[in-house]
Amino acid sequence: MRVPLSWLRELVTVPEPFGAREIADALVRQGLEIEGVEFFGSDLVGELVVARVLSIEELTEFKKPIRWVSLDAGEKDVRWVICGAQNFAVGDLVVVVKPGSILPGEFKVTSRETYGHVSDGMICSAREMGMGDDHTGIVVLPPGVAPLGFDAIELLGLRDAVIDVAVTPDRGYALSMRGIAREVATAFQVPFSDPVFAINSGITAVDELLGSVEDAMDVDRIVLRSVTGVDTSLQSPIWMQRRLALAGMRSISLAVDITNYVMLELGQPLHAFDSGKVKGGIRVRRAHANESLETLDHVTRKLNNDDLVIADSSGPLALAGTMGGLNSEIDSSSTEIIIEAAHFTPELIARMSRRHKLSSEASRRFERGVDHDLALAASARAANLFCEIGGAQIVSAIDIDNRVPLSAITFNPSFPTRLVGHPYSADVVDQRLTDVGCTIEKSVETWLVKAPSWRPDLTLAEDLVEEVARLEGYDAIPSILPPAPASRGLTPTQRTRRGVGIALAGEGFVEVLSYPFIGENDLAALGIVENDYRLIAIRLANPMSDAAPLMRTTLLPGLIAALKRNLSRGNRNLAIFEMGSIFLGRLDQLPLPRLGVDRAPSPADLNALMSLIPEQPQYVAGLLCGEGESSWRGLRAVDWSDGIAAAQAVARAAGATLSIRTGSLAPWHPGRCAELWYGDQVVGHAGELHPRVVTRLDLPPRSVAFELNLDALGNPTPVHSPEISVSPPAIQDVALIVDSSVAASDITTALLAGGGPLLESAALFDVYEGAQVGKGRKSLAFTLTFRAPDRTLTAIEAAVAREGAVTAAGTLGAELRG
Amino acid sequence: MSAPNSKYDPVEVASLHPTQIAQMVEDALLSFSASTNLEELKTARLAHAGDRAPLSLANREIGALPPAAKAEAGKRVGQARARINAALEEATIRLEEARDAHVLIEERVDVTLPSARRAPGARHPLTTIREKVAELFIGMGYEVAEGPELEAEWFNFDALNIAADHPARTMADTFFVDPPENGLVLRTHTSPVQARTMLSQKPPIYVICPGRTYRTDELDATHTPVFSQVEGLVIDRNISMAHLKGTLDHFATSMFGEGIITRLRPSFFPFTEPSAEVDLRCFACRGENLECRACGGEGWIEWGGCGMVNPKVLIACGIDPSEFSGFAFGMGLERTLMFRHGVKDMRDLVEGDIRFTTAFGVEI
Repeated sequence: MRVPLSWLRELVTVPEPFGAREIADALVRQGLEIEGVEFFGSDLVGELVVARVLSIEELTEFKKPIRWVSLDAGEKDVRWVICGAQNFAVGDLVVVVKPGSILPGEFKVTSRETYGHVSDGMICSAREMGMGDDHTGIVVLPPGVAPLGFDAIELLGLRDAVIDVAVTPDRGYALSMRGIAREVATAFQVPFSDPVFAINSGITAVDELLGSVEDAMDVDRIVLRSVTGVDTSLQSPIWMQRRLALAGMRSISLAVDITNYVMLELGQPLHAFDSGKVKGGIRVRRAHANESLETLDHVTRKLNNDDLVIADSSGPLALAGTMGGLNSEIDSSSTEIIIEAAHFTPELIARMSRRHKLSSEASRRFERGVDHDLALAASARAANLFCEIGGAQIVSAIDIDNRVPLSAITFNPSFPTRLVGHPYSADVVDQRLTDVGCTIEKSVETWLVKAPSWRPDLTLAEDLVEEVARLEGYDAIPSILPPAPASRGLTPTQRTRRGVGIALAGEGFVEVLSYPFIGENDLAALGIVENDYRLIAIRLANPMSDAAPLMRTTLLPGLIAALKRNLSRGNRNLAIFEMGSIFLGRLDQLPLPRLGVDRAPSPADLNALMSLIPEQPQYVAGLLCGEGESSWRGLRAVDWSDGIAAAQAVARAAGATLSIRTGSLAPWHPGRCAELWYGDQVVGHAGELHPRVVTRLDLPPRSVAFELNLDALGNPTPVHSPEISVSPPAIQDVALIVDSSVAASDITTALLAGGGPLLESAALFDVYEGAQVGKGRKSLAFTLTFRAPDRTLTAIEAAVAREGAVTAAGTLGAELRG
Repeated sequence: MSAPNSKYDPVEVASLHPTQIAQMVEDALLSFSASTNLEELKTARLAHAGDRAPLSLANREIGALPPAAKAEAGKRVGQARARINAALEEATIRLEEARDAHVLIEERVDVTLPSARRAPGARHPLTTIREKVAELFIGMGYEVAEGPELEAEWFNFDALNIAADHPARTMADTFFVDPPENGLVLRTHTSPVQARTMLSQKPPIYVICPGRTYRTDELDATHTPVFSQVEGLVIDRNISMAHLKGTLDHFATSMFGEGIITRLRPSFFPFTEPSAEVDLRCFACRGENLECRACGGEGWIEWGGCGMVNPKVLIACGIDPSEFSGFAFGMGLERTLMFRHGVKDMRDLVEGDIRFTTAFGVEI
């Protein structure tokens, strides 16, 4: 809401020293948001006066038409000026700027010789005076608007300020000069007289045939007033045009300007229909399924039963509370007008406005709540303006009133003190609620507070508390810490996630947080093509980009994008990770039940709702490329094992141990993909990316990735203390030759199983493939550490245990290397 | 070797004469001090302190002396040995030190060479600041609550008193899962966690809910469609706005330093009543510079929103508003991070450039 200062001052007397800025600051303290304060004409210096054109001489010897004009500016002598505009005639009233004046934009006006004459000042356009953008011609004033020589700065309101108020959805009343003036009066503790009280809104002649209402649930009040003899060819008066312009609305026609002006002044959206185009009475009803209406913005809108329309016997004339139709638009031939002022159900207008993507000045107000009692007065105000300005006479009217009185709020005057934590006396509470416009009926303990008709947002005792607290100032609220009970700290899951992040950073990984939006192409590029849970993704109805309409089912696409961004910026050796939700789609996604809000949902209803929300497990994934270790000593390129090591670091931080098996899954290299097992389930994969994926995505060769389901690792269980043997170990190395296809981890498992309790560890220290062991074979060398818990092992005991281990490995085809 | 002396045939032994022994000692000491390395010293040691050294040979003669002379000769030889051994030890230490000094100098390296083999890792500053906030509130007795990012409309809107047609629902542009009628959205704020917590826990409730949130804003220097919020919720008996103010002040001071307090400005949120915007005392000028670029001379910077939990929300979440009251607040973590660490462009937080993230290390 743009609030012109001059208009505001007409409604409320703000003490002189306070200007637009101080008023804006006061409004901020009271809870209105201010977008900004604009000043107009503050750089205007000199004399601008009203003058009459006495004569015009057309100078034709120049490239463009030039006029040599004489003016009567109420001075002793006639004033002569040169003018390039053509839109005026002898006898017109114009604004002349006298030499020595400075117009906005530091435009100095001097007496100067031009086109062979001395121009003693200039006559100006709206833009030159800082009134707007119009520079098509000079401003021609209506006849008789002011005496010759009258100060045009005052007449045109060239010096003014505008306070731009951003209105929150609860404060519909602040979308009017009347509402803002009330706030300002409260802020400066000055009296406020509601302009509505000054309006004589009575109906002298009732005409029942003017209109009717189908359902009072949609519109609980409508006032229709009919006026006749309107001269719609007239322009709106300058002061009205000026105020509309400052408030951010264009002057369109007398009828539109009057309805807009009253809406800005009082807050009641109005619509004016050309009576001549209305067939039969006006009827407020729901639209029928096959109806349509071309609205004033030249869009033809298909209507349905959710739309409320103002209609006549032939069909819809306007979308109620939103926008009028072209078919009943007032034109310059209209003389009889019906003014409509109504109170529509806010939710209905909000729905219509949303569905038709049509937000108008009217709909914005109806959505936020229009004064319940205003229709009668506002329509009278508009009718009176039609009479005063447009030469109309009032004919008749009808008031269809189905209002249900607003219920009073039971209120304990000590409640503000309790809820805010600052003492407010009953007198203060009384005063502040009265400032807002409430009426209070007091009894000993509690009050019955009736909110004013323009504050439909005040329905709870808490709403009243906010009014008291904001008007008394939030600055008064003390700062006290609440006495919280003891906390149990982070949950094990939360601690685990932290630990994983720290562990990966310790392994040299840098965390990235990417958007969780992916596209089918991202999955296809990874070679994820069929029979894969990752293909069942959740699709957004309104994605940021059509290329990424899906919620991620894997963290890898986001990591790949981040990796490539880093590569493009010259960061070559990369180890990055991300931890976050993936979103598992389901083929049978059902609509979620709509639960009520008047009480807590039953556990069954709540479970039904929760069970339909897709699973969103926490995953962690990483991507590596370039050199894993690089220093002046030398380099080591990352390889498949770095991915597995990182996954193991993740598991360790989660208190879990992974077992590694040979796997195969997109996007990994089928011969270099590890399946990560925890207990009896696969929790992830790690290894080198498939060469085709690398080529397709233009990644560095041999890039490495891991991804695992963090939730599946569970939380660490308390460690049971191990018993440390202090007896000396017996250490023996064995080299085993096996088929190349045998997994080293299987041999390790077999050795440990066969070695029995005396075999403490079996550590692989060498892998050899070559001529000495034969083609298709490999040698795995292990260090076996034997130890007894309570004694030094004898050579025989160690030998027996070693034999057991080797024998067990033998079942996998392992032979002792010669 | 001389034959043993009979006690009746005393023999004068020249090598045991004091002058002789003094000479042996002097020879030994000279030889030791003349050694320039441990090799030379070893030769000198064998010559003067070995089994065949003159003094060792002289010592063997003691047995041949008459009993009366044995003690004196033994004493003389013993003293001489002690002097030689002391000198030997001294020389050994001296020469070992010299050797060590030489070796250690030879083995010198340039310790300023880069020692890290692997580039350091780092955690995203949004992660660490989120943990920092959580820790701060845990210290105040709170616990950390969480909820899903893909959320039911009921939790994101309805339970929070944002009715289907309320204009507040259009205040934030929401990502809807297709088809939109199914009622699944990407949460537009962390507030649905409030509702989840109240429905699953009895008061007193003191929770902080950090998390990712979504609105359909294009990415630019100050906006991102995917952002993070931290939400606080307290439900207890006799909770007032003063407690809210106290909590916010403590939060602000802990995050930004002494003297950085908050200001409440009346505002509107459907889920709180009364509601307020939270402003932060400008951390750059502390309200003392009218030309300040951080706050535009206002002295305050918008930080978040807050208020007393609307009784309609309490009712929808099964809490009796006549028994309990509470407050809630929410801040953007990106904004908090930008203020605290001078991050100028939102895109740095989104793009994942490791140079940006690495600068923040693992703690914040």
